[in-house]
Order: sequence, then structure tokens, then C-alpha cells
Amino acid sequence: MLNKLLSHEPRPGILGWLFSTDHKRIALLYFWTIIFIFLIAGIFALLIRTELFLPGKQTVDSDTYNRLFTLHGVMMVFLVIVPLIPAVMGNYLIPLMIGARDVAFPKLNLLSYWIFLAGVIVILSSLIFGAIDTGWTFYTPYSLKTGGGVLLALFGVFIVGFSSILTGLNFVVTIHRLRAPGMTWSKLPLFVWALYATSLMNVISTPVIGITLLLLILERVFGVGFFDPTKGGDPLMFQHFFWFYSHPVVYIMILPGMGIISELIAVHSRKRIFGYWAMAAAIFGIAFIGFIVWAHHMFVSGMSDVARWIFSFLTFFVAVPTGVKIFNWIATLYKGSIRLTTPMLFALSFLFLFTIGGLTGLWLATIATDVYLHDTYFVVAHFHYVMVGGAITAFFGGLFHWFPKITGRMYNENWGRLGAILIFIGFNLTFFPQFLLGMQGMPRRYWDYLPEFTLLNQISTIGSYTIALGVFVSLLILLLAWIRGQKAPENPWGGATLEWKTSSPPPYYNFEEIPHVEHGPYDFEHLLKKEKVSQ
Amino acid sequence: MLWITNLFPKIGSSYGKEVDNLFWFIFWISLFFFLIVQIAMIYFVVRYRNRREEEVSNIEGNNFLEITWTIIPTIILVIIFFYGVYVFDNFQRRPPANSLEIKVIGHQWWWEFQYPNGYTTRDTLIVPTNKPIKLIMTSTDVIHSFYVRSFRIKEDAVPGRYTWTWFKVVEPGVYDIQCAEYCGSRHSKMIGYIKAVNRNDFESWLASVSKETDLSSLSPVEKGKKLSQIKGCTSCHSVDGSQLVGPTWKGLYSHEVVVLENGKEKKLIADENYLRESILNPNAKIVKGFQNIMPSYQGQLNEDEILSIIEYIKSLK
Repeated sequence: MLNKLLSHEPRPGILGWLFSTDHKRIALLYFWTIIFIFLIAGIFALLIRTELFLPGKQTVDSDTYNRLFTLHGVMMVFLVIVPLIPAVMGNYLIPLMIGARDVAFPKLNLLSYWIFLAGVIVILSSLIFGAIDTGWTFYTPYSLKTGGGVLLALFGVFIVGFSSILTGLNFVVTIHRLRAPGMTWSKLPLFVWALYATSLMNVISTPVIGITLLLLILERVFGVGFFDPTKGGDPLMFQHFFWFYSHPVVYIMILPGMGIISELIAVHSRKRIFGYWAMAAAIFGIAFIGFIVWAHHMFVSGMSDVARWIFSFLTFFVAVPTGVKIFNWIATLYKGSIRLTTPMLFALSFLFLFTIGGLTGLWLATIATDVYLHDTYFVVAHFHYVMVGGAITAFFGGLFHWFPKITGRMYNENWGRLGAILIFIGFNLTFFPQFLLGMQGMPRRYWDYLPEFTLLNQISTIGSYTIALGVFVSLLILLLAWIRGQKAPENPWGGATLEWKTSSPPPYYNFEEIPHVEHGPYDFEHLLKKEKVSQ
Repeated sequence: MLWITNLFPKIGSSYGKEVDNLFWFIFWISLFFFLIVQIAMIYFVVRYRNRREEEVSNIEGNNFLEITWTIIPTIILVIIFFYGVYVFDNFQRRPPANSLEIKVIGHQWWWEFQYPNGYTTRDTLIVPTNKPIKLIMTSTDVIHSFYVRSFRIKEDAVPGRYTWTWFKVVEPGVYDIQCAEYCGSRHSKMIGYIKAVNRNDFESWLASVSKETDLSSLSPVEKGKKLSQIKGCTSCHSVDGSQLVGPTWKGLYSHEVVVLENGKEKKLIADENYLRESILNPNAKIVKGFQNIMPSYQGQLNEDEILSIIEYIKSLK
């Protein structure tokens, strides 16, 4: 019965989509689901900023405010940024980039989507039963005492975790087993390297958050006493468990973005990536060090001083491979031929925002300054520069870059650039003042604040509306182009990776003939020579 | 440079300057790297924009450069780390032996301060200047974080364990305490103050208030009033009819209340027994429209004190 419904070939209708095992259709299912959640979480962010325009109550009371920032965090982290690039672009592009007809386990891929959707429904249904107000970090004992749909939200995140693990497994096997003839490891696009590392991280670390949330569920239902100090439990143990996943997850969020940026910078400056192996090695350096720095989230938690030193020391080493990546991207621009297309504007904006996000991490890795800045708006600004300025900016760049491939249509370049510039300006207006607020001493998760913080909060709120306008413009012109844009050629940017060697959009079997790979992912000279020969 | 120094709140503690110096040390290093990266990026974009593709250089990498920009940042990062540990270990974590120890207890949503002689204050911590103060902290409910921005200190108050921090105030004045770890509904309202006065004023203040801790001479209503402030009742229950986290006490006694008992709605008259139960076992009956968040005061109040609080509620007509 199920086997009859499942189909790799395209079938019409909503069922044709929900039962398609084609990685490209599954990627688009993820895309629409995640964009929907992204827009809701974005509206929550605007409500938060509107409330903070002035001190005191503006639009919502403190309990509603606490629910808004919790839902914004839970949805953006677990349902948007973590799955966004792997599930949408990884799914769509990995088989195309390595010259395969699909991922290794197409049915498992569809199951991962269903599991994700189930998790989304469970988390959103917690809204009906009284939204949660714990913050996305679920810290005990608060999460044990507060009312609302905490159990549902925890269970939803627990379910979504399985989707990450299965997708990760699928990608690892796909990359190992399904590379086209000639697609050696040294010819693998850096986007695929990044997704490979991310998948490994997902497989290794997601079970830990699953178990942690399960323990928390047991604690709430049966009062077992894992984390509740009145029953002999330890709140700090929860923090260790939680961050053991939730710090690596920062890299699960940013590494795929870095992968996209490598593709964009190479293609739009017509130049091979500077130091290919250093770039690939840096991905794994970040992934590895990312696993052993989690307790830097706990420098003022009451953890022992020795632990604070050790985790501070280890944390600094994340900066080394990250720095290598930034320097190598800049060096890639040197003596290239740079085209300021919309994807390239997003890539350059990434290099600006992510550098700030990375460098401001230094104050938080240094124990003595972290004691001051911890849990202030400085931290909020820092992780938005990394997560939004990094991962989301990279996603938008990638979306414009691969839009012609995915839809077979071209978008309007000038309107695309306008969207990119609006988002860039809005982003800095929103989050740069938050660094200053943190330095002034405004703690995060504050519904009300001291009057002296007013001006900076107002600038930040205006900035958030500017981002909303930019996102609206960007998504609208893509939507219009999707409906009635000009037909896109096979290879509009002159990319050298395999996805550009098939039609736009690709047929469901991806390639007429599985390609033989003879040149590297950034060998634009080769393309140039071929053009000359054909002329 | 004035505008830069104004970016931080005024320093009130002896080692605040050390933290700020470290901040600026990292700032100049970061600014240097930020400018290198951004200037190079903008220059390359302008210089190499839309060149003919034939002119693109076929550069695969440069080992010397890549090793350089691996090793030099590593050395700088290790230097920052040691500077951070130096400030942390020599200042933030090294309270002098002659420190005055004060206990800090975090509550939803107020701070309790306990002096060595047993006297407690609420939300306002009065300390002498030029005397090191060591705070031993814990919490009765959820995690809070004791954050005094002017002193550049922060440490979580965690239920079930003791944490500590210390400071020495150099400038007399009033400094705000903000709760920095999210703790629920009134997290942003959990603001306290540190009032730093000179040593003599402090000693005479402590001597005078110490007599106040003796509540035995007060009438039951006055005693109840005092207790309700010390124990934090009034941070959730107003006495003037205004709505806080919990129901107001004004006009509560002998009036009808609608409660939820085991999820079922029920009407009753607020008498002594109901009030007593609500203090000792607050989750038994929840007033309709309010959350079940009040902690039990079992063991924290004796029978005499409970009676005094009930008498005080009765007086609020």
C-alpha cells in the first residue's frame, strides 16, 4: 500500500509531493515548512522589539513577552537554523554536486521530513496548551516549576532530533558511496565537505540533547530528581548536558553556511578557492573543537574555577580555524573577477557580519570580561551576528544563487540587490546597538529596562523593521520570479560544480547520464577553455 | 576618547578598572584584525570588479601565508587567555581574608541579604566602603544571577549550592543590582540596590537596626506586616488592591474567593484556615486566574508568625 503511494517520479497533487522520495521535492517540502516557521518566529521578534521600544509595558505584559522570546528562540534554533541549510540545500544539492541520482536512502529521507513535520506540529500545538516561557535553554529548576506546554515543547524538540540524526546518517552514506566516477575527495565542493562535517556532528551530538530532554520530561512527570536540587538533583548537571549538544549545534548551524559562502565567493569572483585543503581541514577543526568547549556558557554558573580556565583556554582555539577560513575567503577575492550579484552581496555581507560575530566572541571566551558581559545584550548581539549575520545571510545568498537551478527562472538582479542591502543595513541597525546595550549593562530576557537604555533600544527596534522590509522584498521578488520570471539557462553563473551541468530545473533523475568528473569544483579556467573551443 | 570611556557604566568597585582595561586590550586587537579583513575585502572588490575572466590569476594557495595566519592568531589568542585568567584569578576570585561575609538569597523576585548578626534586608544591601565584602549566595527557588554592572561582577545564585563573589566599593553611592539569569514573570523587575556608605555610618546603622530584628515587642498586626516584607509575601501580593503576580490581600479576609481545587472550580470564604493552608500548602487551592507558582512556607514560619501574618491580612480591609 505504502509502496504504491511512494514515488520517485514526479506525480501531481499534494499527495504526489508528500509521498515523493525525490530529494529535490523533499528539499522543497522542507523549504516551505521552514520558511513558514521562519516568518512566524520573525513576527515574534518584531513583537519583542516593539515591546522594547520604550521601557515599561507597550504592547504585551511580561508573561506574554517571556513566551514570545522563548518561542522565537525555540523555533529559530531547533526548527529553522539547524535544519535550514542541510535539509533544504543539502538535500537539493548534495546528490547533484556529487553526480548522484538521489541520496543513499530516499525513503529514509522522506521519513526524516515526516518526523520533522510531526515535531513541528507538536511544538506548535504547545501554543494551544499555554505557550512555554522557559527560554530556549529550558534551564532547571525553572523549567520544572513553570506551567504551560513545557512537556509538549520538549517532546517536539525530542522528535525533531531524530530527523536531524537520520538526515545526517543519510548524507554521510551518500557522500561516501554515491560519488560519480572521478569525483575524488579532492574534487568535492566545499559545500559538500561542510555538510559532511555537519552530518557527523548531528549524528554524534543530537542523541545527547534527546536524552537530556527525555530526562527532563521524566523529571517533570515523575519527579525523579535528576536536576531538581530539592530532590538531590543538580541544575548544573542539566546545563552541562544541555550545552554538550547546544554548543556543537552552533557549528551545526554555521558550518553549512560557511560551505555556501565558499561556493558563492569562488563562483562570483571567477577564481578557485584559496587553499582548498586548508578550508576543508578548517571545517573539521571547527567541528572537533566545537565539541570540547561547551562549558564556556557556564562561566558564572558556579562551576569550579579550574573548569572555567580549561574551557576558556579551549574556546580560544575555535578562533584559529575560523580565522583561517575568513583570511582564505578574502585571499580568494585577490586578483579575481568580482561580480556584485545578489548572492555575492550576501556573501560579502557575511564576511562583514560574521567577522564581527566571531571577534566579539573573544570577549566572551575571556573569563574576566565574560563575567561582566555574560547574559547581557552583548551576548544577544554576538550570537545574532553569528547565527543570523552568518547562517541566515549565507542561506539567503545560497537561495539567490541556486534559485535559477531550482526553479528554472531568473529573478530581477536589481531588486535582489536592494533586498540584500536592506537586510544588511537593518541587521546592523538592530544588533550593533545591542553590543553597546550589553556594555552598558542591560541583561538579556528583560521585558522592562532602566530608562538610560531607551535610545539604543529604539534604534534597534527601527532596525528590526528594516530587516523585515528587506526579507519581504527578497522573498517577494523570488516568488514573483518563480511565477513569471525569465527562463534560466543551465549555468547562469558559470559555475564549475556538477549541479550546473544539468538542466534548470533538473529532471527527477538529475542527470541524463552520470557525469565523469575530470576537473575540480572551482576550475573556471577549464570552463573558459571549453567555451573557446565551442566558439 | 571620552565617548569611548562613557560606553561603560561608572566603575564603583576596586577592580572594575582591571576588567575594563582587559576589555580595551581585546578591543584594539579585534579592531586591528577587523580592519585588515574589511579593508582588504573592499579594496579587492573595487580593484578586481568585473575584470575580464582571462585576467583572473590561477592561485591555488600560499603555504607561507596560510601558516602565518594560523600561527600569529594562535599566539595572540593564548596571550588574551592568560590576561583573562590573570584578571579573573588575581582580582575577581581573590577576596582578602578580612572580608565581611554577607549571605545573599535569591527569591522569585527579590533579593534577601543576611548580615553576620542575623539581620536581614530586602533588595537593598547596605555596605561599608573600602571594606572587602564577600557574598555567599544561594537561591530558594530557581536560578538567579547577582549582577552589579558598576562593580563588573556577576555570579549565579543556584538553589541547592553555594556560590560566591566579592567586591570592595571605593566610591560611596547607590549601585543597581540586576538579576541576569532568567527567572520568570518578574525577572526584569528583580532590581535591587547596593548602598555604599562610609565605615562609621555603616557600623552605627547596623547597631541600630539590629534591635529591630527583635519582633517580640510588636503587636501581632505590626509583626505580621514586618514579616510579610522580610519573607517576600508582598512582592507578589499587594496590600493596596493593585494586581501583582498573586491576588491582593486588601479586602481578602471574610470575602468570597473562587479557587480551583484539583482542577475543579469552587467558591469559599477566605477564613483563617484557608489563609493558613494557602501559606503552608499553596498548591492545594489556586485562586482562579492566577498561576500555581507560590512556594510553600512550611518550616519557614512558626505558628506564631503565621498567626501574625493572618492578623495583618485581616487588618487590610
